[in-house]
Amino acid sequence: MSSTVPTTAALPLWLVAELTYRCPLHCPFCSNPVDFANIQSELSTEEWCRALAEARALGAVQLGLTGGEPLSRPDLEELVGEAHRLGFYTNLITSGVGLNETRMRALKDAGLDHVQLSFQDSTRELNDFLSSTRTFSLKRRVAGLIKDHGFPMVMNCVIHRLNIDHVDRIIDLALEIGAEYLELANTQFYGWADLNRSQLLPTREQLERSEAVVAGYRQRIGNRLRILYVISDLYETRPKRCMNGWGTTIMVIAPDGLAMPCHAARMLPGINLPSVRNASLREIWLDSPAFNRFRGDQWMPEPCRSCPEKTKDLGGCRCQAFLLTGDVGATDPVCDKSPLHARVLEIVNGPRPLRPDIERPLVFRTPENSKQLLAETTEP
Amino acid sequence: MDDSTPLPRASYPRIAPLYRFQWEAAQNAYVLLFPEGMVQLNVAAGEILRRCDGRCSADEIIADLRAAFQSDAIDADVEAFLRSATRDGWVEWREAVTP
Repeated sequence: MSSTVPTTAALPLWLVAELTYRCPLHCPFCSNPVDFANIQSELSTEEWCRALAEARALGAVQLGLTGGEPLSRPDLEELVGEAHRLGFYTNLITSGVGLNETRMRALKDAGLDHVQLSFQDSTRELNDFLSSTRTFSLKRRVAGLIKDHGFPMVMNCVIHRLNIDHVDRIIDLALEIGAEYLELANTQFYGWADLNRSQLLPTREQLERSEAVVAGYRQRIGNRLRILYVISDLYETRPKRCMNGWGTTIMVIAPDGLAMPCHAARMLPGINLPSVRNASLREIWLDSPAFNRFRGDQWMPEPCRSCPEKTKDLGGCRCQAFLLTGDVGATDPVCDKSPLHARVLEIVNGPRPLRPDIERPLVFRTPENSKQLLAETTEP
Repeated sequence: MDDSTPLPRASYPRIAPLYRFQWEAAQNAYVLLFPEGMVQLNVAAGEILRRCDGRCSADEIIADLRAAFQSDAIDADVEAFLRSATRDGWVEWREAVTP
């Protein structure tokens, strides 16, 4: 059996293709970079096909097609077809906007394996407020279309202070639309979510209540719906692995071709991200300084380096370390062994607006806000 | 399907539609793929699931595995694996051959 990579190197099993930053939704917790409006020049169909083939040769097998809204790309069906031909398991991660009968059928014919459909809430009011669109009814129709075409469906809902008390109704909605999986993902505070952190971070009481609700449902419904509940690690005392380990499993490719070890890596200073336009994925994965930067434990500071748990959490999340400490190489301050853990406690115990939506308006993910924020940060 | 349930050995197991089963050269293993996830299978699990195509009964699969591995002592292991694969939702059962 000949392998395309040395057996000592972990394989990039999971390729995340951010096809575009264009999106009809404007969610204030979007993980896209805040300066997305300034990032132009999307990869062409041919460039994506080459990247897919190279990733597959490296061992990638799961493909997430995301964005932005991947349906904004008219060549989505062509890319799915090519990915399927290469042997990928293809996951379409979508808001549902743009998914009509014609495109659904074309995606099925192209070999799409699965659709992950996002809702922002179980209620029309909050769903439509958070996305700044009237899309709740549309999403329900799209869910029906996904099931009619025989796709497995994951329903995804990003959880935060404004909808966490609806977790029971969100689970009911997932059951009603026939999802096989429900991903309740507590907001990770990068990108737009970081701008809106004080409005979106749930309280500890809210978090505990929601965990109890999820546990109760799991007992009652068994395997009918598998609920993945991703908790907010700001309330933890040990950090999570960053993307299963920096450069160990996942490669994200941004719309303009930058290859990243995680969705948010673009904002990290001093990390020179390689582009699939200038290098092969093999070179990027094996040799680029960016992907090697936080592999292994040589980069770790104390208390990580001598910590027995370092092989478990690998020092935690680099983006969180940077955002909360200013140092991309610091121990993730979520860890209570971190000398800067007090900063996390300040955030979770600190004063927060009682009516976050009124006292401090949410900053929505729009091209206009993106440009304005960019102008503010580049002004002298 | 718990451990006390007799395996329906005359029925036809097949990979459930939620899952895709394929050989991955880079991992030198069979894998099961599902929405946003993957299970890498060991050799025995791969050899069993490879035969769960809806066209062979569990009896036929076990007979085939006995021949392939030149062992008559595999029944209990195969049955245990099929039970657990059924519990995990990887495998479903039909009374007749899947066309």
